[in-house]
Amino acid sequence: MPVSASAIYFLNLRGDVLINRLYRDDVGGNMVDAFRTHIMQTKELGTCPVRQIGGCSFFYMRISNVYIVIVVSSNANVACAFKFVVEAVALFKSYFGGAFDEDAIRNNFVLIYELLDEIMDFGYPQNLSPEILKLYITQEGVRSPFSSKPTDKPVPNATLQVTGAVGWRREGLVYKKNEVFLDIVESVNLLMSSKGSVLRCDVTGKILMKCFLSGMPDLKLGLNDKIGLEKESQLKSRPTKSGKTIELDDVTFHQCVNLTRFNSEKTVSFVPPDGEFELMKYRITEGVNLPFRVLPTIKELGRTRMEVNVKVKSVFGAKMFALGVVIKIPVPKQTAKTSFQVTTGRAKYNASIDCLVWKIRKFPGQTEPTLSAEVELISTMAEKKSWTRPPIQMEFQVPMFTASGLRVRFLKVWEKSGYNTVEWVRYITKAGSYEIRC
Amino acid sequence: MSGHDSKYFSTTKKGEIPELKDELNSQYKDKKKDAVKKVIAAMTVGKDVSSLFTDVVNCMQTENLELKKLVYLYLINYAKSQPDLAILAVNTFVKDSQDPNPLIRALAVRTMGCIRVDKITEYLCDPLQRCLKDDDPYVRKTASICVAKLYDINAELVEDRGFLDTLKDLISDNNPMVVANAVAALAEIQENSSKPIFEITSHTLSKLLTALNECTEWGQVFILDALSKYKAADAREAENIVERVTPRLQHANCAVVLSAVKMILQQMELITSTDVVRNLCKKMAPPLVTLLSAEPEIQYVALRNINLIVQRRPTILAHEIKVFFCKYNDPIYVKMEKLEIMIKLASDRNIDQVLLEFKEYATEVDVDFVRKAVRAIGRCAIKLERAAERCISVLLELIKIKVNYVVQEAIIVIKDIFRRYPNTYESIIATLCESLDTLDEPEAKASMIWIIGEYAERIDNADELLESFLESFPEEPALVQLQLLTATVKLFLKKPTEGPQQMIQVVLNNATVETDNPDLRDRAYIYWRLLSTDPEAAKDVVLAEKPVISDDSNQLDSSLLDELLANIATLSSVYHKPPEAFVTRVKAAAQRPDDDEYPDGADTGFSESSVNEGITSPSASSSSGSYAATRQAAPAPAPAPAPVPDLLGDLMGLDNALVPTDQPTSPRGPPLPVVLPAATGQGLQISAQVTRQDGQVFYSMSFENNTQAPLDGFMIQFNKNTFGLAAAGQLQVPQLQPGTTASVLLPMVLLQNLSPGPPTSLLQVAVKNNQQPVWYFNDKVSLLVLFSEDGRMERANFLETWKSLPDSNEVTKDLPGIVVNSVEATLDKLAASNMFFIAKRRHANQEVLYLSAKIPRGIPFLIELTAVIGIPGVKCAIKTPSPEMAPLFFEALEILLKG
Repeated sequence: MPVSASAIYFLNLRGDVLINRLYRDDVGGNMVDAFRTHIMQTKELGTCPVRQIGGCSFFYMRISNVYIVIVVSSNANVACAFKFVVEAVALFKSYFGGAFDEDAIRNNFVLIYELLDEIMDFGYPQNLSPEILKLYITQEGVRSPFSSKPTDKPVPNATLQVTGAVGWRREGLVYKKNEVFLDIVESVNLLMSSKGSVLRCDVTGKILMKCFLSGMPDLKLGLNDKIGLEKESQLKSRPTKSGKTIELDDVTFHQCVNLTRFNSEKTVSFVPPDGEFELMKYRITEGVNLPFRVLPTIKELGRTRMEVNVKVKSVFGAKMFALGVVIKIPVPKQTAKTSFQVTTGRAKYNASIDCLVWKIRKFPGQTEPTLSAEVELISTMAEKKSWTRPPIQMEFQVPMFTASGLRVRFLKVWEKSGYNTVEWVRYITKAGSYEIRC
Repeated sequence: MSGHDSKYFSTTKKGEIPELKDELNSQYKDKKKDAVKKVIAAMTVGKDVSSLFTDVVNCMQTENLELKKLVYLYLINYAKSQPDLAILAVNTFVKDSQDPNPLIRALAVRTMGCIRVDKITEYLCDPLQRCLKDDDPYVRKTASICVAKLYDINAELVEDRGFLDTLKDLISDNNPMVVANAVAALAEIQENSSKPIFEITSHTLSKLLTALNECTEWGQVFILDALSKYKAADAREAENIVERVTPRLQHANCAVVLSAVKMILQQMELITSTDVVRNLCKKMAPPLVTLLSAEPEIQYVALRNINLIVQRRPTILAHEIKVFFCKYNDPIYVKMEKLEIMIKLASDRNIDQVLLEFKEYATEVDVDFVRKAVRAIGRCAIKLERAAERCISVLLELIKIKVNYVVQEAIIVIKDIFRRYPNTYESIIATLCESLDTLDEPEAKASMIWIIGEYAERIDNADELLESFLESFPEEPALVQLQLLTATVKLFLKKPTEGPQQMIQVVLNNATVETDNPDLRDRAYIYWRLLSTDPEAAKDVVLAEKPVISDDSNQLDSSLLDELLANIATLSSVYHKPPEAFVTRVKAAAQRPDDDEYPDGADTGFSESSVNEGITSPSASSSSGSYAATRQAAPAPAPAPAPVPDLLGDLMGLDNALVPTDQPTSPRGPPLPVVLPAATGQGLQISAQVTRQDGQVFYSMSFENNTQAPLDGFMIQFNKNTFGLAAAGQLQVPQLQPGTTASVLLPMVLLQNLSPGPPTSLLQVAVKNNQQPVWYFNDKVSLLVLFSEDGRMERANFLETWKSLPDSNEVTKDLPGIVVNSVEATLDKLAASNMFFIAKRRHANQEVLYLSAKIPRGIPFLIELTAVIGIPGVKCAIKTPSPEMAPLFFEALEILLKG
C-alpha cells in the first residue's frame, strides 16, 4: 500500500507539539505521547529511524531543531514517507525563504497547515512542487481567481497546472532576456588508508540549473559521457570524436526529464521548471582525479607526547587554486599543549572537536605545504582504552575543476517563438567525506 | 518574508475560552480570523477547544478561503466529539461542493471525507458523485481519494452507490494525476476487501504503464506499487513489463526507484533467459548504490531492503562491497546495517579487504558497533572456510589490544569457530586463557568455560581453570552455571582423577541442593544419575559428537523472503516481518493462522531496554501518589468503528446478544486499573494488577473486547523483572466475543526470571492473541503483594536483627502527605498487607510503631513509623539486608496509607 502517513507531527527538541495533522483515524491522537516516552526521552533516540510501539510504527527525522514524526498503523511505504518529509521540508523552506526551524514553524503555522492539507490527502502524497503550489497558496492567504478580491496575478488554470502533465512549470512565463545557468557541483568522497592506498573513492555530482526562459521551452543537454556519445555516434553513424569520455556509474533525474527517452536515445531532454532546480545527479567511481593527497605521519612518543607531520599535495593544474581548505587532524582528548609549524596557512588546536585545525584560504595547484606539530598529553590513569585514531578529515572547494572530468558539450533550447538564449556553465569540486586514516 | 503567527500561541491565561468565544462572534472579519487562528494554535498545543464548536462553525460561511480552511481543519479534529453539532456544517459543505471555484469544490469534498460522522457521510454521497465526474481534474483527483475515505467509513455505502465503477472508469481518465489517485484508492480498497474489486488485467497493465511517463513522482509510486501485484502470464510478458519499468530506475525519487526495483524483482522470477536476468542485475546495481548517498534515514530503508535483495540475488551487488564500507560519521543505525550486508557479500575474493575494514571498526568508539564488528569477523570465518585462518589471526590481534569488551566478544565468536571447524585451531587456546580473569559478561564466561570443558584433555591445567570459576558458582548467572556444570562433567569424564572428582561433587551439590533454578537442577540430576549408574553411557551422552554449525544467522526462510521482497520499500521490508505480524487491519482472508513464528519481544523492534529507559519508575513521592489515580482515569475505549457487514461476524454477534456475558468482572475489590487502553490495543482493553490472595501471588486480569471480531488464543509473557515474577501456568481466557469482558486470575511464581540492575517496580508484560499483534504494556508491582504471611517476628528476634544490621542498611524517608488518624486503623491496614505489629512507644507527642515483614527468600524488613496523630507527615525508617529495595517499599507504603 503506498500510503505513507496516518498522522504527521512536528515536535521541538523538548517534545512539544508544533504542528499535528491527522490524515487517518487508525492511529490515536495520543500516539505522540508514546513517541515521547519510548523514543525521545530514551537512549533509543538516534539508534533507529523506524520504530514500532504497540500497534503503530513511527518514522522520524530531525531537521535543525525540529523532529518530524510520521505515524502509521498499516504496512506503509517507508521510502515514500521519508522522501515526502524531505520534499516537504524543501517546500516549506522555499516558502519561508530559507530556514526551517522551530521559530519558522511557529511563525507560519497557518501556512503549514494549509500546505499539509494540500500536499497530502488521506496519507497519499500529492503535488509538492513549490512552483505550482505558490500559484494558489500564498503567504498572504489565498488569491482565489474566483473571489471578488482583485488579484495582481490571475491564475485561471491553477488546478489544471497542479494536475497537468507538466506539473512543475506554469504557462505564460515571459522574460526579457532568456538565460540559463548551469552549475556542475561535484563532491569527492574518499577513504584512504594511512599507507596511501585508496580504500573507497567516488564522486557524487549534481547539475544545478537556474532557468529564466519564456514560454514552454524544450531543452536538451549533452555531456561527455561514454554511453551518450556512443549512442550519438551510432545514430549519426560517424566515429566518436577524440577527447576524454567518462563513464557514469549511475544517473538520476529530476522528474521533468523524460526517462523513457533517456533510456532509448540516451539524451537528456526536458521542459525545465522555472527558476532553480536540481536537474540530475550522477555517480562515478572509475578514473576519479583526486584533487589532494594527504600524507600523515603521527608518532606517539611515550604516554605524553605525540609528533604529527602532515603533508598535503595539490594535484590539479598549477593555474588553478582551491579555496577554503580545512584539514582537521584528530588528537587525543587529553591533549594539553600543542605547538605548530606550517609552511602556509594557519593552524590551531580546537579542543571542542579534539582536532588540530589547519586552514589555508587559497591553495594553488601543484604545491605541497606541510604542517608539523608537537602535542603534549596529560598522562591519565583513567584513560585505559587506547586512542582510537579517528581519520583526518578535509574540506575544500576547487572552482573550474571536476574530479570526474565531466564537461557539458551542449545545451540546446527550443521554443516555438524561437528566441535566443544565453547559457552560462560553471564547474566546482568540493570535498564530500574526504577521510584519510592515520 | 516569514510570517508572524507565533503571536497566536501566546494567550491570556484567564478566561481564555470565553474570550475566544467573544472574538469568534466579532463582527470584524480580521478579529474573527485571528480568533480562529488562536483556536487552531490552542488545538495544536493540545488544549481542548471543542467547546467552541458552534462558534467556529459559524465562521465557516465566508468568502475568505484561508479562514474557511482553518475552520475545516478544526472540524476534522473535533467533529467526532460533537457529532450532533457537526451536522450544522453540512449545508455549507454541500454548497461549497457546487462552488464555481474548483479549489473550493475539491476542498469541500476532501474535508467531508475526513469527517467520520455517520450523519455527515450520508450527505457526502451526492456531492461525491458529482465531483467524480467534475470537469476539473483537480476536483476529480481529490474525489478519487475521497472514495477510499468513504470506503474506510462505510464500505457498503460505497458499493451500493456504485462509486467503485465510477472509480474504475477514472483509470482511463486523460489526466495522469487522476489516474494515479484512482489507482491508489482502488488498491487500498482491494487490500481491505476480500471481494475482487480491482484486478489488474493485461489491458489495465499496459494502460497504466503508459500513464507512468506522465505522472508525478508520487503517482508513479502508487502505480508501480499497485502493479507489483500483477502476475505476468509468461516470460515474454514479464520481459516486456520489465523493459517498460527499467527507465524508472533513473528517477531522483528514492521511492520510485525502490518500487521499480520491487516490480522488476517480481517479474524476474518468471524470466528464464539467463542473459536477460544478468543484464537486469547489472542495471539494478547502480541505482541501489545511489540510494546510499541520500539522507541517512533513507539510506537505512535502502539498506534494510538491500539486505533482502542480496539474499535472493547475491550477484547484483557482488562487486560493490566497497560502497558498504562505513564512513566514520555514518549514524550508528546505518553502520550496523552496512556491516550486516558486508558479511553477506564477503567472499574469498574480497575477504582480505573486508577483514581490514572490520579490524578498523573494532577500534572505534561505539561499543555496540565494535562488538558487532568483532562478531562479523567470526561470522565470516564460519561462512568462508578458506578465510577462517585469516579471520582467527585478526581476532587474536584484537585480543592483544586488551580492550575488555573486544576480548569478550572475540571469545564468544571463537567458540563458534571451534564448533564449525572442530580440531583445527585449538592451538590458540593458550592465548585465550590469558584473558581469563578479565571476563565479566555471562556469555563470554560461558563461552570460555565451554571451550575449557570441550578441550579439557588438551589443556594441562583445565581443572585449575575451572576451579577458579567454581568459587563463585552460586552467584553466577544461569547461563554460566549451566556451562560450568557441563564443563566439569566433561572434565571428569576425560580426566577421572581425584581433583575433578572433588570438583564434580561440589558442582553437583551446588546445582541440586543450593539452587532453585529448575533447569540447572534437572540437568545436574541427570548427570548425577548417569555418572552413578553408567559412566560409559555418560560419555556417550556428554561427549557425543556435535553437529557442525553453519552461518545461518540472519538468513530468512525462502517463503518469507518471497513475501518480503513483494513488499519492498514498505515497513514490512524494514522490519523483515510479513505485514500480518504488525498490522491488524488486514482483511480476514489474508490472516495467517500460524503467526506463532514471531512471538518474541526482541523481534518486534521493541526491545526491553527501550522500555527500561522509557518509563523510569516514579521515585519522587508526589508522582507515585498520583500514580494510581491517573491509571484509573485511563482513556475510555475508542468509539467502535461503523459496523462492517460480515456474515460470520453477524452470526457471532447474534449469539452474543442471546447470552449477555458482560457482567461485573472483578470477583472482589475495586475495579482493576487499565493497563492497555482500548485506543492503544485496537479495541482490546486490558485491566490488570498484581494481587495477593491466600498467600499466593496472582495476576488479576480483565479483558474487554471492543473490536468487531471475537478474540481467542490469549497468551502472556512477562519480561525479566526485579522480583522474578512469571506466570505459573497458562493464561486461560475463553474466546472473547465482541463487546464482552472476561476476567482471570493467573497464578504467579516468584524468582523465575530475575532481571539484574537496580530494583524497580516495573513489570513489563506482553499479551498476544490469534487476531492481533503482540501488545506490550507496563504495570507496576507493589512491594506489598510480596510480603509473605510468615513475616511476623518475635520481639527479641526483632531487636536482635535490628542490632545485627549495620547502620548503613537503614533508610529513612518522610512521607509528608500521609495523615495517621488512628493507630488501630493504620495497624489493621498494614496487617492486611502482611506487615506485622511488634511494638509501640510514645515519644513526646509522637507515636512510634515497629513492624516487621518479609519478602521472598526470607529477606526481613524492619519498619519504624513515626507520626503525630491527626497531623500530616509520617516518618518511615526501615532496616533490611536489602536496602536497595527501600524506594519500592516507600512507594508502596505511601499508596497503601493514602488509599
